[in-house]
Amino acid sequence: MRLWFEVARRSFRRWSTYRVATAAGVFTNTAFGYLRAYILIAVAAAGGAAATGWDEATLVTFAFITQALLAGTGAFGESELAERVRTGDVVVDMYRPVDLQAWWLASWLGRSSFTFLARGIPPVLLGAVVFDLVVPTTVVGWLAFLVSVLLASLVGFALRFGVNLTAFWLLDNRGLDQLVTLVLTFFGGLLLPVVLFPSWLESVARALPFAAMVQIPAEVFMGRHEGASELAAALGSQLGWFLALGLVGRMLLSAATRKVVIQGG
Amino acid sequence: MGELRVLARTYRRLVGAKIRSDWQYRLSFAFFLLSQTVVTALDLVVILVLFDVVPSLGGWDLAQVAVLYGLTTLAFGLGDLFVSQVETSADHIRAGTFDQFLLRPLPTLLQISAREFALRRVGRSIPAATTLVVALAAADIDWTLDRVLLVPVTIASGTAIFGAVWVVTASISFWAVGAREVANTFTYGGSFAHQYPLHIFARWVRTLLGWVLPMAFIAYVPAVHLLDAHNPLDLPRWLAATPPLVAVAAVLVARAVWSAGIRAYQSTGS
Repeated sequence: MRLWFEVARRSFRRWSTYRVATAAGVFTNTAFGYLRAYILIAVAAAGGAAATGWDEATLVTFAFITQALLAGTGAFGESELAERVRTGDVVVDMYRPVDLQAWWLASWLGRSSFTFLARGIPPVLLGAVVFDLVVPTTVVGWLAFLVSVLLASLVGFALRFGVNLTAFWLLDNRGLDQLVTLVLTFFGGLLLPVVLFPSWLESVARALPFAAMVQIPAEVFMGRHEGASELAAALGSQLGWFLALGLVGRMLLSAATRKVVIQGG
Repeated sequence: MGELRVLARTYRRLVGAKIRSDWQYRLSFAFFLLSQTVVTALDLVVILVLFDVVPSLGGWDLAQVAVLYGLTTLAFGLGDLFVSQVETSADHIRAGTFDQFLLRPLPTLLQISAREFALRRVGRSIPAATTLVVALAAADIDWTLDRVLLVPVTIASGTAIFGAVWVVTASISFWAVGAREVANTFTYGGSFAHQYPLHIFARWVRTLLGWVLPMAFIAYVPAVHLLDAHNPLDLPRWLAATPPLVAVAAVLVARAVWSAGIRAYQSTGS
């Protein structure tokens, strides 16, 4: 346990050293939050709010909270492991007497907590300066959101771990990585809340793992899952996707390990 | 003029060599081309989904917003193809390889844009051009001669303005290495925002993204006249004729900023 904590702590510290990049990221995430907010306000003004059941404040909050979730869930991709596979450095990682998946998970959580705090919170605060945002009003609401964010980060980890490992077979998996990111931004709710989709498309989005990374934690933040059972179902679906994708990653890892042995290192 | 011809020939040769080398990896090329097309088309999908819920945005109907999307995205796509490579100067500065551009007797901008030229970026222009043609046919336009001329002039000026914005924002790296994302806000963010009628944004956003970086001239200003569209900002019609002038001014400013950046540049000294 101590080891994983240390790995996570070091990863947190490593990411906290990129100060200019972090400031630039906050700037960009906030700016896109504003642009998306004004577009959604125009949608609400044109009668879109009535059609979806989300009022203007909810739509605006969605714009900022999804910008905040971007970095921590690795929504735009994370390819360090794939790079190590491509260069062969991954062999060093595999020699370590620790589990590779757990190692990357610990490192991911360290990075994720830094990026969520440093890149995620400022855009929402800066959004609140200009707009009225819908915020959790109860302690349970805040706790549920924190759990949901953690689960979103875990789903993001499980997804990217699997995608990164495909580099063992594809060598260059950047195309696949980009494809996953594309599908994620659309179906995860990063471009539009999926409640604005035509209902058949919303069903598709809700049946995919990507909603668990962005759309669901945003809905939890805004209290859209009312009542204990609805909330439990939302968090449960996130947990389910983490376990399912984590298991796929596990299987890919053991297949990759066998492949490395066959090739003789 | 003779010198300019030499530069143009050099540029063509360098770009030709880069295209031939990329062409060796055809599958990879095809895949990246496709993904550029899909990324760009996704913005259009978003607009289509929105218009499934609402009849108009800021008083503009689907065909009118689609014209905005087409003009903005085409200018962005062409600017991306010919100029966006300058943003890789950030990587060269960080890696210390920028010095090699300074040593050669060719303009730095020309070298970078030729060296990092990527034909696959033409993928961005495919959905834009297609949408523009369809939207211009679908929109209710009173085709006078000035409106016919306005379309190609707008595309050319818009490309130059986007290119200038790219050069200016990429120059940030000369002063602040690692701040590349700030540049993305104005290039990608600018193109994203200008797919929608400018008046739906708050005044400070309009001022910054529309008039300070003169991106309103890329699509919104000419489109108001072209489409005879709802015009709550009360822009005068003659403004539609000014994009070429704005483009020239923007290019001159970009050149000055880039030169200032080169002068401020300090090598990593490795």
